[in-house]
Amino acid sequence: MTVALPLDTDPKLAEYAHPERLVTTSWLADHLDDPNLVVVESDEDILLYETGHIPGAVKVDWHTELNDAITRDYLDGEKFAALMRDKGIGRDSTVVFYGDKSNWWAAYALWVFSLFGHPDLRLLDGGRAKWEAEERPTTTDAPSRVPSDYPSVERDDSRIRAFRDQVLEHLGKPLVDVRSPDEFSGKLLHMANYPQEGALRGGHIPGAKSVPWARAANEDGTFKSRAELEQLYQGEAGLAPGDDVVVYCRIGERSSHTWFALTNLLGFERVRNYDGSWTEWGNAVRVPIEREAEATA
Amino acid sequence: MTADTLPPALAEIVEDFSSAPPRDRLEMLLEYAGMLPPLPERYREHPERLEPVPECQSPLFVATEVEPDGTVRIYADAPQEAPTTRGFAGILRAGLDGLPAAEVLAVPPDLTARLALSEVVSPLRLRGAAALQGRIQRRVRELQGGSVEPAAAG
Repeated sequence: MTVALPLDTDPKLAEYAHPERLVTTSWLADHLDDPNLVVVESDEDILLYETGHIPGAVKVDWHTELNDAITRDYLDGEKFAALMRDKGIGRDSTVVFYGDKSNWWAAYALWVFSLFGHPDLRLLDGGRAKWEAEERPTTTDAPSRVPSDYPSVERDDSRIRAFRDQVLEHLGKPLVDVRSPDEFSGKLLHMANYPQEGALRGGHIPGAKSVPWARAANEDGTFKSRAELEQLYQGEAGLAPGDDVVVYCRIGERSSHTWFALTNLLGFERVRNYDGSWTEWGNAVRVPIEREAEATA
Repeated sequence: MTADTLPPALAEIVEDFSSAPPRDRLEMLLEYAGMLPPLPERYREHPERLEPVPECQSPLFVATEVEPDGTVRIYADAPQEAPTTRGFAGILRAGLDGLPAAEVLAVPPDLTARLALSEVVSPLRLRGAAALQGRIQRRVRELQGGSVEPAAAG
């Protein structure tokens, strides 16, 4: 693996399985001027970046830039390369993601970048909220990055992405539903206070364990310690690092956060994100659904 | 109702957005976010009098009043960290506040589509704006004592 920038040696991060996948706000502040670093902001709110962002950060919008405009799928290798060239991200760049909502969308963007095997991807622990809370500098100046020569790399969906048919074959093996308890039980068809995205059926995929994504995060949006995460996923939810695990939510964004925690913080080797998630499963004809079943205590 | 029969202020906003290059439309939306005035004291002190708009991605609250002469007043609030939501509220306030109730009710439900924002904002994010419009219109209808029809959208 190419690690262009030095690792953050923060002791909390050092406990994680892959500390090279996270940086602290102070590490980022110290390395902002490194030419091989590209900071990417990915938010739920498409205008938040324009109100002020980390100096030099480029914006990647999950909705309008990472998805194919016609098919419900991500960009292909050629389009992803074009996006990277336009953003000034090279294949050997160290990319640090951050965003709003405890890094939901930042983790999602990092996951999409991972489909293309970009070597050095890191998440800013605590995201935008922590950077702002620490009153670190922000700017509305547009970044000026030189276009890169990013190569076209074929997207690899086999390692960390699951499709509906694969989830059907997976039934009986570990599944983690990271939505809210009311979405899991079927009481709500969508996230409370969020737009209804048109699921016709409520409930969850049979056998799924309910571990709402936010349980992996502290109040300030940083990840919980390794010991706390082990207690949650390995203790409470009964998962083991060697398990074949599928995670899902509503459209695959909150579950990217959990995918990140299981893979990079706890060292699980086979975690796939089912990005079709409930907007696909809750509308599909004749797929099995469970309601009100045993949530993890 | 066609674009040229929209209330003048709203027609101008629609014209500005739809004729601007796509990249500029986001900047314009941000300007409307900045134009949303603070709530008057009677709502700041009594937030329970505001109506939530749960269809929006971020918390949005709106109060719709109809004055004795039939003039519509719109007040809305959303967090600073939700500029897109604030922008939609700012557009609706700039375009509808101070109009006679009949004109507010006559605004077609596809207003958000006319703003030509779907390619730069994404359709999902526009649902909240349509829902806000629907709630304002429903409230005006209620306050006028007319029949309460389902919101036009959302």
